[in-house]
Order: sequence, then structure tokens, then C-alpha cells
Amino acid sequence: MTAAGTELTLRHPIERFTLDNGLRVVLAPDRSVPVVAVSVYYDVGMRNEPEGRTGFAHLFEHMMFQGSANVAKMEHARLVQAAGGTFNGSTHQDYTNYFQALPAEALERALFLEADRMAAPAITEENLRNQIDVVKEEIRVNVLNRPYGAFPWLQLPQVAFETFANTHDGYGSFVDLEASTVDDATDFFSRYYAPGNAVLCIGGDLDVAETEQLVHRWFGPVPARDVPPLPYTGEPSPTTVRSAVVEDALAPAPALAIGWRVPDPVGDFDNYLGSVLLAELLSEGDASRLERRLVHDDRIAIAQSSYVGLFGDPFDVRDATLLTTQVHHPAAVPADRVMAAVHKEIGRVAEDGVDAAELRRVQARIEAQLLQQADSVLGRTLAFAAAELVHGRAELAGELAARLAAVTPEAVQVAARGLDPGTAAVLELRPAGGAR
Amino acid sequence: MTTIQESPLIPPLGEPRPHPTPVAEETTLANGLRVVVVPRPGVPLVELRLRVPFAAPSARNAGVHAARGAVLSGAVLLGTARHDQTAIAQLLQTHGAELSVSTDADRLVFGTTLLPGGLGPVLELVAELLTGASYPAGQVDGERDRLAERIAIARTQPGTIARTALAARRYGTHPYAIQLPDAGLVSAVRAPALRRLHRERVLPAGSILVLVGDLDPRAAVDTVAAALERWDGTGKAVEAPPVAEQRADGIELVDRPGAVQSNLRLGGPAPSRTDPDLPAARLAAMVYGGYFSSRLVENIRERRGYSYSPRSGIEHQRASSSFLVEADVATEVTGPALLETLYELGRMALTPVTEAELDAARRYILGSMALSTSTHAGLASTLSALLGTGLPADWLTTHQRDLTAVTVDEVQAAAARYLAPEALTAVVVGDAGRVAAELGVLAPVTVNRSGEQA
Repeated sequence: MTAAGTELTLRHPIERFTLDNGLRVVLAPDRSVPVVAVSVYYDVGMRNEPEGRTGFAHLFEHMMFQGSANVAKMEHARLVQAAGGTFNGSTHQDYTNYFQALPAEALERALFLEADRMAAPAITEENLRNQIDVVKEEIRVNVLNRPYGAFPWLQLPQVAFETFANTHDGYGSFVDLEASTVDDATDFFSRYYAPGNAVLCIGGDLDVAETEQLVHRWFGPVPARDVPPLPYTGEPSPTTVRSAVVEDALAPAPALAIGWRVPDPVGDFDNYLGSVLLAELLSEGDASRLERRLVHDDRIAIAQSSYVGLFGDPFDVRDATLLTTQVHHPAAVPADRVMAAVHKEIGRVAEDGVDAAELRRVQARIEAQLLQQADSVLGRTLAFAAAELVHGRAELAGELAARLAAVTPEAVQVAARGLDPGTAAVLELRPAGGAR
Repeated sequence: MTTIQESPLIPPLGEPRPHPTPVAEETTLANGLRVVVVPRPGVPLVELRLRVPFAAPSARNAGVHAARGAVLSGAVLLGTARHDQTAIAQLLQTHGAELSVSTDADRLVFGTTLLPGGLGPVLELVAELLTGASYPAGQVDGERDRLAERIAIARTQPGTIARTALAARRYGTHPYAIQLPDAGLVSAVRAPALRRLHRERVLPAGSILVLVGDLDPRAAVDTVAAALERWDGTGKAVEAPPVAEQRADGIELVDRPGAVQSNLRLGGPAPSRTDPDLPAARLAAMVYGGYFSSRLVENIRERRGYSYSPRSGIEHQRASSSFLVEADVATEVTGPALLETLYELGRMALTPVTEAELDAARRYILGSMALSTSTHAGLASTLSALLGTGLPADWLTTHQRDLTAVTVDEVQAAAARYLAPEALTAVVVGDAGRVAAELGVLAPVTVNRSGEQA
């Protein structure tokens, strides 16, 4: 059962400092397991891409693994993995991250690797051509060669938003990817990968004073550069319904995605939390409103889910973002019928409100999920880093369970009133042709 | 890659720090249920895994068994005499839990995470499901129809098509040939069959309950006993029969007209968890394609750009372990990509790996094992799998010691035995009209035009 707020706060201390070159550093020590996680978040994501260069943030993420001043191609991977560690990187709407989880004795090596590529990644013609090919295969695997590939995250924003930042294909068109040049990559690096545009977060089995010295040793020499201003990605709230249909030649059954604008995830955080809990209340598990209505009672859906944030993480995005309800339904059920049932259920929350006991159950479940994420050193470190970059406060990641536990039934009702059928963005996916 | 001169700047590694080894407390209840409790500090959560042996009783009815098992795993949560589906879900949710139930060719698993204070009530509910799931007919029909739809959708995913075709080709009539139940057989499942299957097969004897997390072991065992001792079904657990691998020559090409990629899959026998060859074979699979710093990734991704995530590894089922190679490649490079994949296999089998390659792979396996068992959830799932295979909880420690002793010669011997192209069965899913001819240069090709309709 949900306990008092203070007991829900993760008790990991946070230390923070900033280097002269502008790099923000967050340390989250926890010495229970001899493992460390090292992450660097750059404040550039899919939404920052220039026109004509769709997919560039992600392509550039690949380039950061191609070697750097003192690290040959393939050596980044070998140096991490041969130390018993794992690594990866990912590109999101508002940031690009790089991370390792390693045995504690490999901490300095990981810092060296991140600092070396922050200073000078190996941007060569050969590496760029190679990674354009690899990215095209990634898009084929995840989008072009499979049914429901990237539904709805690639197509729904085009219906829901207006500006290039919010509507373009973040994976990138093959035309734009192939047209990318070494000069584009050098410019992108120079503009967005400045130390002052990044957060370094280290969690796990570390000594604070010693780690601070190591950070100074390796990252201190990276020269400072200008930091680009944060672009404004917010948009006026919609006043009408917008809709579109995509045909999927590989899909055997239809699907539907409905997106509604939610409050500013950073500037209006308390109201935003109401939307986050509403999404859980609607779709998490057999007790949820939409699972009961669509799947069990009316039997008009094969599966349903609701989430805030395009990739399902509500706490790592800036304005503007959506609460999305996604439903896979049998071909015999018309999309309109599914949509009407969704609006009806949300309308019930908007009109009748939420029972306090029901909300407490949802809060207990989300608390367990947040704790589970925090149980892994890497999961915890990434959450601290994202909170520092997006919200300016790493501590927020540790406080989320308590903040969510404090959300009232009234706040969830207000959130439901915001999901007006008259302002929804609707995307229908229809099977086409039956080709495989 | 070992010829590259390392920069003198690269910081050396410090001394490894010992990982705390989990201490498992084991008890067997009077009804035969084995209970394993691992107390762990850290976050205030408990992970629960209940494994029930669930293999098909014979090859002849494996298809029907798989279909019924799949429906049962959803339908068991539809109600009991005391609680309907919503009440069950609400009760779990109150304690931060959401029970997931799944089956495969070996087992039925109930799993959840929960807040520690909920251990008693959640176990009470699990006991109620084990002894009194009601399988209400109307709701079972709904669950079954949704499952049939989901299977139909899954069968259009190229990865599923490839996995299904490879299993069918390797295992013939053995139950392991069935990777996904047949949608038609699922549609024929009725509530009475589920009640009978539950009565006959959801039994305490042979089952194992694993609890990991913020727990006092003695108190936890008492709570388990109080809740689960009334689970009193009698009968015999069924494990999968021995496997006779069907090594098939040539390439089976599953036609997927218009596909923009081809899915290459190779599979063959591998040492089991109790086989002394396992450590060397795992290291060989790792050096070949098991991680980013492997030969296959360097060749077909980083040198040639043919594939986003080529990979290889060893997977275990109760009666069969497999060495598997997977690569999804652009249609236009299908032949060259398979050629390089086979070339690297031959090179593994015929020439020694370097000491540096072996050491890197070894440290990586040890490090990633430590990482994956450092969370409550990771440790609970790993222990459930190990104990279900008949291994003791301390197998992890023994296996780590065995890995440190493997030599270059042993890796080469394992590669010659398990990674040789001749030992593997091949399946490709792709546009036959565009790739059949070039694949035919490497091996005889049989085109299958209805693979995913099965």
C-alpha cells in the first residue's frame, strides 16, 4: 500500500558540480553492488534536426561509436565489453544519450572513452557511408519490413502537430540520409555536442571525491564552445479534430491511435502528473478502464494501451507532447465504434471523477514500477540524467513516486476533461492488399 | 582487430571487486512444492516466479496441448469462486502487482513484482487461482478469440516467421517444433478442456516458487506454507521427451514476396547447461557473434553495412540447447551476407581465436552475468530457469569458475563441433524471386511458399 510521501523518495544522495567548460555533472553514489553506470546526455534530439536532414540526430548517434582521437574504430565497444561492461546509445525527441554499465573498477576507462569522443569523434567519409547503410537496415528492420512498423510514433505526430520540429520523420528519409555529408556531421557536432550542452551522470559504486577528480582529469581539457539556445517546441493547443489514414501492406488487421495534447511536461508539471496517472488508470492491466471496456466487456479490441510521451516515458520530454491511446481491433469492428467507446470511457472519468480507492491502486502499481526501474544501477542513472537535462533537477527522478502519490482524484478528473473528443488527433491504420 | 595499437592514454582496469553471492534458502512443502527464497537488500520490492512443468505429454497431441496451454495462461485470471477478473486485478494492483502468466514448450510461469507488505495477500490470491480458477465459459471464449487474433498478427512478423520455420525444420515432429500455437487449434479450445488441463497439470509436485527481494526468509517461507499448502493436486509433472535433431541439408527459403530484407537464421545443437563443453561453446559463440566486439558484427555491420544487429548465442530449453545465428540483411546483399556469415563460422571452426579475443569474451560474459543478476527481477528469472533445469542455485558460481579456465584450444574444439556450417540447419525468409538464385550458389535451395500460413 502506498506509504507516506517521504518514504517514497529514493534515498540516493545526489552530488552536482559544473566544469569550467560548462559540462554539468551529477553523481549518484550507491555502494551496494560493485557496478557503475556512466551516461552522457546531449541536449539535441530528433526535434532539433534541420530541414532537409531528417534522421540526422540518430545518424550522428551512430557516428559517435566510430572511434575518436585516441580510440580506433570498433575499439570503443571492445574497451567497454572486454572490461565486462555493456554500452549503448539512443536518440529521443529532446536528447541523445550514450551510456555504459560496468564493473566498478572500469569507471575511469568509461570516463576516458566518453571524454575522448566528446572532444573529437572520428567523422570520416568511410565511417559516415558505412553508418548510413547500417541505419537504413535499422529502418528496414523496425519500419519497412514489418507490419505496424513504428506505428504510431512516426505517423501520429504529423496529424497532431504543425511545426517541422514536431512533425518530421525522426528516423529520417532515405533521401535525406544519403545526402548527408561529412561537413553536415562536423557542423552538427560543433553546434550541439559542446560540453556546455551536455549532462554527465554517474551512478553506482563510486567514491564522490575520487570520481570528481577523475571527471576533472578527463573532461576538463575538452574546450568550451558556444551552446545553442534551447529551441521552443511548444505549439498552440489544437481546437479541432485532425485525422488521417495510413495503409499498411503487411498488416493483417487494423489499428487506431488517438492523441490528445497534454499540459507542458516541464512548465506545468503538477497538472501534467494528472495526465500521467490518467493514462495508467485507463490502460494498465485488467482492472483498467479501457481494458475492461474495450477488451473484456464490449470485446471490440485485441489489445489496447495508453501512454504519455511518444516513446512511453513521460518524464524525459518537453512540450509539446501527447497522451496516446492505441488500439488493435478486429477487421469486423469499425474504427468509429472503437473511437466512440474510448471517448465514452474518458468522458465518464471527466464527468464522474475517480474513486479514491481506484486511484490509490493505480498509484501503488506505478510506485512498484518506478522502484523496479530504480533497482538497476543503469536504470536509476539514466532516470537521474534525464531529469537533470529536461527538468534541471536530477532529484526529481527520486521523488516521482511521492509526487505521483500526492496527485488527487480531482487532478485526474481535470486531466480527463482535457482529452476532448473535439481536439483529438486520430490515425487509422488499415491493412492493404494482404501482401506479405 | 587485435593488431590495433592501444593508445597509452587508455586507463587500465582496477582490481575486480567481489560480487555479493546470493544465499538461497530452500524448503520443500508437504505437497511437493519447492520454495526458494533469496533475501536481498536494496529497493523495497519482492519478485515472485512460480514455475510449473508444462511439456506436451506426447508428440501426437503437442499442437492441441500448446493451444490449450496458451489459452489457459490468459484464462486462469478470469475468475475464481470468490473473485471475478476485475476483483483479481484490483487486489493485485493494491500491492503494486500485476500477475503475468505465460507458457512455452517446457513450463507455465506465474510472475510478478510486488510491494513487500503484499506478500501474504498476493500468495493467498495465487493459491486461490491454483486451486479454484473457474474458467467461466463466456469469458474463456472471448480470451480465446483474442489470442487467435494475436497469433494471426504475430505470424506476419518476419522474425516470427523465421523462428517458426527454423524450429519446424530442426525438430520435425518433436513438440519443440511448435514455436507458436496454431490459430485454428486455439479457436477450438473450450472451457471444460481448460478445467481438465488445469486439474491434471497445474500441480505442486515438480513446481518451484522463487522469491527474491526485501524479505526475511523464515517469515517468507511460513507465509508461503500458510497460503500454498492447500494446493493439493496429485499427479506427475511432465517434462519434454529427448530431442533427436533433424539436420537438414541446404537452405529452406520461405517466400515473402516484396520483402525489403532477408532474415537469415542458422541453428544447431549446443551443449546443455550440465555439459562440460558449455563454457567453451558459450565463449566460441560470443567471439563469433555474441556481442558488439565480435567477428560477425565487425564484418557484416561495421565493415560492410549489410545488417543492423547480427547476432549469435546459445539458448537452452529443458531437453535441447541450441546454437543460433541471426541476421536481417537488405534483400540486395542476401547472398554476400550469408557467404560472410558462413565464412566467419568456418574460420572459427578451423583456426584458433586469439588470447585477447578469448579474454575479452570471457570478461564480457562474467560482467554481463553479474549485471543481469544484480536486480531482483533478473536474479529471480535466472534462478527460476536454472532450478527448473534441475540445477542447484549455486550453479552460477560454478559456471563462472568453469568459464575462467577455458583455453584457446577448447574454444576451437567447441567451434569445430558446434559452429561448423555443416552442423547447422539454415532458413532464410525473403523475396524468393530476388534471392533464390544467389543463395543457390552457396547451397541447394528449397522454396517454401506458405511458411507463415502454418
